[in-house]
Amino acid sequence: MTVNQISQQVDARGLSCPMPIVRTAQAIKSLPSGALVEVLATDAGSVKDFAAWSRATGNELVESSTDGAVYRFVIRRK
Amino acid sequence: MTVELEPRPATTLPPVDPLAEAIADVEGLPEPRLDLAIEPEAKAKELTIVNWSGDFDKVLPVLILSSTAAASGVTCRVFITFWGLLPFVKDQRRVVGENVMQKMMSFMQRPGIDHVKLSKMQFMGMGPWMMKKLMKQYNIATPRELLDAAMAMGVEFIPCQMTMDMFGLKPDDMIEGLGEPAGAATVIELITNGDGALFI
Repeated sequence: MTVNQISQQVDARGLSCPMPIVRTAQAIKSLPSGALVEVLATDAGSVKDFAAWSRATGNELVESSTDGAVYRFVIRRK
Repeated sequence: MTVELEPRPATTLPPVDPLAEAIADVEGLPEPRLDLAIEPEAKAKELTIVNWSGDFDKVLPVLILSSTAAASGVTCRVFITFWGLLPFVKDQRRVVGENVMQKMMSFMQRPGIDHVKLSKMQFMGMGPWMMKKLMKQYNIATPRELLDAAMAMGVEFIPCQMTMDMFGLKPDDMIEGLGEPAGAATVIELITNGDGALFI
Protein backbone atom coordinates (compact mmCIF):
# COMPACT_ATOMS: atom_id res chain seq x y z
CA MET A 1 0.00 0.00 0.00
CA THR A 2 1.28 3.42 -0.86
CA VAL A 3 0.79 6.37 1.38
CA ASN A 4 -0.31 9.31 -0.72
CA GLN A 5 1.55 11.99 1.12
CA ILE A 6 3.20 14.93 -0.60
CA SER A 7 6.96 14.77 0.04
CA GLN A 8 7.78 18.10 -1.49
CA GLN A 9 6.05 21.14 -2.88
CA VAL A 10 7.34 23.23 -5.78
CA ASP A 11 5.89 26.72 -5.91
CA ALA A 12 6.37 27.77 -9.52
CA ARG A 13 3.61 30.40 -9.46
CA GLY A 14 4.63 33.44 -11.47
CA LEU A 15 7.43 31.58 -13.22
CA SER A 16 7.38 31.18 -16.98
CA CYS A 17 8.52 28.37 -19.27
CA PRO A 18 10.78 26.44 -18.73
CA MET A 19 11.31 27.19 -15.04
CA PRO A 20 8.32 25.22 -13.61
CA ILE A 21 9.65 22.07 -15.31
CA VAL A 22 13.29 22.80 -14.43
CA ARG A 23 12.44 23.44 -10.76
CA THR A 24 10.33 20.29 -10.60
CA ALA A 25 13.07 18.18 -12.17
CA GLN A 26 15.57 19.56 -9.67
CA ALA A 27 13.21 18.87 -6.75
CA ILE A 28 12.31 15.33 -7.79
CA LYS A 29 15.97 14.28 -8.19
CA SER A 30 16.56 14.24 -4.44
CA LEU A 31 13.46 12.17 -3.64
CA PRO A 32 13.12 8.38 -3.40
CA SER A 33 11.16 6.37 -5.96
CA GLY A 34 7.42 6.57 -5.34
CA ALA A 35 7.54 9.93 -3.58
CA LEU A 36 4.93 12.53 -4.48
CA VAL A 37 5.68 16.11 -5.55
CA GLU A 38 3.07 18.82 -5.75
CA VAL A 39 3.65 21.66 -8.22
CA LEU A 40 1.73 24.92 -8.30
CA ALA A 41 2.08 26.99 -11.47
CA THR A 42 0.41 29.87 -13.26
CA ASP A 43 1.93 29.29 -16.70
CA ALA A 44 -0.93 28.09 -18.93
CA GLY A 45 1.53 26.17 -21.11
CA SER A 46 2.51 24.02 -18.16
CA VAL A 47 -0.63 21.83 -18.55
CA LYS A 48 0.65 20.36 -21.81
CA ASP A 49 4.27 20.60 -20.69
CA PHE A 50 3.86 18.57 -17.50
CA ALA A 51 2.01 15.85 -19.44
CA ALA A 52 4.84 15.72 -22.01
CA TRP A 53 7.54 15.85 -19.36
CA SER A 54 5.94 12.95 -17.47
CA ARG A 55 5.84 10.87 -20.65
CA ALA A 56 9.48 11.69 -21.39
CA THR A 57 10.80 10.95 -17.92
CA GLY A 58 8.48 8.11 -16.89
CA ASN A 59 7.40 9.94 -13.75
CA GLU A 60 3.66 9.49 -13.23
CA LEU A 61 1.39 12.52 -13.49
CA VAL A 62 -1.08 11.58 -10.76
CA GLU A 63 -3.10 14.77 -10.92
CA SER A 64 -3.46 17.74 -13.23
CA SER A 65 -6.07 20.20 -12.08
CA THR A 66 -6.80 23.89 -12.09
CA ASP A 67 -8.15 26.23 -9.46
CA GLY A 68 -8.84 29.55 -11.10
CA ALA A 69 -5.54 30.76 -12.50
CA VAL A 70 -3.44 28.26 -10.57
CA TYR A 71 -2.56 24.88 -12.02
CA ARG A 72 -1.83 22.00 -9.68
CA PHE A 73 0.17 18.96 -10.64
CA VAL A 74 0.96 15.94 -8.50
CA ILE A 75 3.77 13.74 -9.75
CA ARG A 76 4.94 10.38 -8.47
CA ARG A 77 8.66 9.80 -8.92
CA LYS A 78 9.56 6.83 -11.08
CA MET B 1 52.75 -16.73 -52.22
CA THR B 2 53.20 -19.88 -50.22
CA VAL B 3 53.87 -20.04 -46.55
CA GLU B 4 56.23 -22.65 -45.28
CA LEU B 5 54.77 -24.33 -42.26
CA GLU B 6 57.15 -25.57 -39.66
CA PRO B 7 56.71 -29.27 -39.08
CA ARG B 8 54.82 -29.89 -35.88
CA PRO B 9 56.66 -31.81 -33.22
CA ALA B 10 54.99 -35.11 -32.49
CA THR B 11 52.99 -34.92 -29.25
CA THR B 12 51.55 -37.62 -27.12
CA LEU B 13 47.97 -37.00 -25.97
CA PRO B 14 47.31 -37.13 -22.21
CA PRO B 15 45.15 -40.04 -21.02
CA VAL B 16 41.40 -39.30 -21.13
CA ASP B 17 39.52 -39.22 -17.79
CA PRO B 18 35.82 -38.46 -18.53
CA LEU B 19 34.84 -37.89 -14.88
CA ALA B 20 37.70 -35.49 -14.15
CA GLU B 21 36.92 -33.59 -17.34
CA ALA B 22 33.25 -33.28 -16.43
CA ILE B 23 34.11 -31.93 -12.97
CA ALA B 24 36.59 -29.48 -14.43
CA ASP B 25 33.96 -28.29 -16.91
CA VAL B 26 31.40 -27.56 -14.20
CA GLU B 27 33.94 -25.95 -11.89
CA GLY B 28 35.13 -23.73 -14.69
CA LEU B 29 31.68 -22.24 -15.26
CA PRO B 30 31.15 -18.77 -13.87
CA GLU B 31 28.49 -18.18 -11.21
CA PRO B 32 25.13 -17.35 -12.78
CA ARG B 33 24.78 -13.55 -12.93
CA LEU B 34 21.38 -12.63 -11.56
CA ASP B 35 21.90 -8.92 -12.27
CA LEU B 36 22.17 -9.64 -15.99
CA ALA B 37 18.68 -11.09 -16.01
CA ILE B 38 17.24 -7.68 -15.17
CA GLU B 39 16.56 -5.65 -18.29
CA PRO B 40 19.00 -2.79 -18.66
CA GLU B 41 17.50 0.68 -18.44
CA ALA B 42 16.85 2.34 -21.77
CA LYS B 43 19.72 4.52 -22.96
CA ALA B 44 19.08 8.22 -22.42
CA LYS B 45 18.15 10.15 -25.55
CA GLU B 46 20.74 12.60 -26.82
CA LEU B 47 20.19 16.11 -28.13
CA THR B 48 22.90 18.25 -29.70
CA ILE B 49 22.40 21.98 -30.17
CA VAL B 50 24.80 24.14 -32.15
CA ASN B 51 24.69 27.60 -30.60
CA TRP B 52 25.99 29.77 -33.41
CA SER B 53 24.45 33.23 -33.30
CA GLY B 54 25.10 34.68 -29.86
CA ASP B 55 22.08 37.00 -30.26
CA PHE B 56 19.84 37.47 -27.25
CA ASP B 57 16.77 36.17 -29.10
CA LYS B 58 18.60 33.02 -30.21
CA VAL B 59 20.64 32.30 -27.07
CA LEU B 60 17.39 32.40 -25.08
CA PRO B 61 15.75 29.44 -26.91
CA VAL B 62 19.06 27.55 -26.83
CA LEU B 63 19.12 27.84 -23.04
CA ILE B 64 15.38 27.13 -22.66
CA LEU B 65 15.52 24.01 -24.82
CA SER B 66 18.77 22.67 -23.39
CA SER B 67 17.71 23.07 -19.75
CA THR B 68 14.31 21.51 -20.52
CA ALA B 69 15.98 18.62 -22.35
CA ALA B 70 18.21 17.96 -19.34
CA ALA B 71 15.18 18.23 -17.04
CA SER B 72 13.44 15.62 -19.21
CA GLY B 73 16.27 13.13 -18.81
CA VAL B 74 17.79 13.86 -22.22
CA THR B 75 21.58 14.07 -22.42
CA CYS B 76 22.06 17.52 -23.90
CA ARG B 77 25.22 19.02 -25.35
CA VAL B 78 25.52 22.53 -26.72
CA PHE B 79 28.36 23.23 -29.12
CA ILE B 80 29.16 26.93 -28.76
CA THR B 81 30.73 28.34 -31.87
CA PHE B 82 31.39 31.60 -33.73
CA TRP B 83 29.30 34.49 -32.33
CA GLY B 84 27.71 31.92 -30.04
CA LEU B 85 30.97 31.68 -28.12
CA LEU B 86 30.85 35.28 -26.88
CA PRO B 87 28.01 34.90 -24.32
CA PHE B 88 30.18 32.27 -22.62
CA VAL B 89 33.05 34.67 -22.01
CA LYS B 90 33.23 35.95 -18.42
CA ASP B 91 31.06 39.04 -18.02
CA GLN B 92 33.87 41.02 -16.41
CA ARG B 93 36.01 40.71 -19.53
CA ARG B 94 35.61 43.93 -21.49
CA VAL B 95 38.24 43.44 -24.17
CA VAL B 96 39.51 40.02 -25.13
CA GLY B 97 41.92 38.76 -27.77
CA GLU B 98 45.60 38.72 -28.40
CA ASN B 99 46.07 41.09 -31.30
CA VAL B 100 44.62 44.51 -32.17
CA MET B 101 41.97 43.16 -34.54
CA GLN B 102 40.68 40.59 -32.03
CA LYS B 103 40.57 43.28 -29.36
CA MET B 104 38.69 45.64 -31.66
CA MET B 105 36.15 42.94 -32.44
CA SER B 106 35.45 42.25 -28.79
CA PHE B 107 35.07 46.01 -28.28
CA MET B 108 32.44 46.17 -31.02
CA GLN B 109 30.58 43.12 -29.70
CA ARG B 110 30.87 43.06 -25.93
CA PRO B 111 31.14 39.46 -24.70
CA GLY B 112 29.33 37.92 -21.72
CA ILE B 113 25.88 36.47 -21.01
CA ASP B 114 24.62 39.76 -19.55
CA HIS B 115 25.56 41.65 -22.72
CA VAL B 116 23.81 39.61 -25.41
CA LYS B 117 22.07 41.81 -27.97
CA LEU B 118 18.85 41.46 -29.95
CA SER B 119 19.27 40.40 -33.57
CA LYS B 120 16.74 43.05 -34.63
CA MET B 121 14.89 46.06 -33.22
CA GLN B 122 17.95 47.71 -31.74
CA PHE B 123 16.65 51.28 -32.34
CA MET B 124 19.56 52.76 -30.44
CA GLY B 125 18.80 50.66 -27.37
CA MET B 126 15.00 51.15 -27.40
CA GLY B 127 14.29 47.58 -28.52
CA PRO B 128 16.39 45.88 -25.85
CA TRP B 129 14.99 48.23 -23.19
CA MET B 130 11.39 47.37 -24.12
CA MET B 131 12.25 43.67 -24.35
CA LYS B 132 13.81 43.74 -20.87
CA LYS B 133 10.71 45.50 -19.49
CA LEU B 134 8.36 42.97 -21.09
CA MET B 135 10.40 40.03 -19.84
CA LYS B 136 10.33 41.39 -16.34
CA GLN B 137 6.60 42.06 -16.55
CA TYR B 138 5.92 38.47 -17.59
CA ASN B 139 8.53 37.07 -15.23
CA ILE B 140 10.53 35.43 -17.98
CA ALA B 141 13.86 34.05 -16.85
CA THR B 142 16.91 36.05 -17.93
CA PRO B 143 19.69 34.45 -20.02
CA ARG B 144 21.85 34.33 -16.89
CA GLU B 145 19.17 32.53 -14.84
CA LEU B 146 18.60 30.07 -17.67
CA LEU B 147 22.33 29.45 -18.11
CA ASP B 148 22.68 28.73 -14.38
CA ALA B 149 19.70 26.35 -14.55
CA ALA B 150 21.08 24.60 -17.65
CA MET B 151 24.46 24.08 -16.00
CA ALA B 152 22.87 22.88 -12.76
CA MET B 153 20.81 20.36 -14.76
CA GLY B 154 23.99 18.99 -16.35
CA VAL B 155 23.89 20.47 -19.86
CA GLU B 156 27.39 20.23 -21.34
CA PHE B 157 28.62 23.32 -23.20
CA ILE B 158 31.43 22.50 -25.63
CA PRO B 159 33.44 25.47 -26.95
CA CYS B 160 34.68 25.45 -30.53
CA GLN B 161 38.48 25.45 -30.47
CA MET B 162 38.82 27.02 -33.91
CA THR B 163 36.64 30.02 -32.99
CA MET B 164 38.42 30.42 -29.67
CA ASP B 165 41.69 30.70 -31.62
CA MET B 166 40.19 33.14 -34.10
CA PHE B 167 38.85 35.45 -31.38
CA GLY B 168 42.06 35.00 -29.38
CA LEU B 169 40.12 33.56 -26.44
CA LYS B 170 41.98 31.62 -23.78
CA PRO B 171 40.37 29.05 -21.45
CA ASP B 172 40.73 31.61 -18.65
CA ASP B 173 38.53 34.09 -20.58
CA MET B 174 35.63 31.62 -20.54
CA ILE B 175 33.15 31.03 -17.71
CA GLU B 176 33.71 28.11 -15.33
CA GLY B 177 32.17 24.72 -15.99
CA LEU B 178 32.45 24.45 -19.76
CA GLY B 179 33.43 21.19 -21.43
CA GLU B 180 36.71 20.50 -23.23
CA PRO B 181 37.03 22.56 -26.44
CA ALA B 182 36.46 20.45 -29.55
CA GLY B 183 35.94 20.66 -33.29
CA ALA B 184 33.58 19.86 -36.14
CA ALA B 185 34.24 16.11 -36.13
CA THR B 186 33.07 15.89 -32.51
CA VAL B 187 29.84 17.71 -33.37
CA ILE B 188 29.19 15.52 -36.41
CA GLU B 189 29.68 12.39 -34.31
CA LEU B 190 27.30 13.69 -31.63
CA ILE B 191 24.67 14.65 -34.22
CA THR B 192 24.82 11.44 -36.25
CA ASN B 193 24.81 9.20 -33.16
CA GLY B 194 22.19 11.23 -31.32
CA ASP B 195 18.43 11.53 -31.40
CA GLY B 196 18.06 15.17 -32.37
CA ALA B 197 20.02 18.18 -33.47
CA LEU B 198 19.39 21.92 -33.72
CA PHE B 199 21.40 24.73 -35.28
CA ILE B 200 20.43 28.02 -33.69
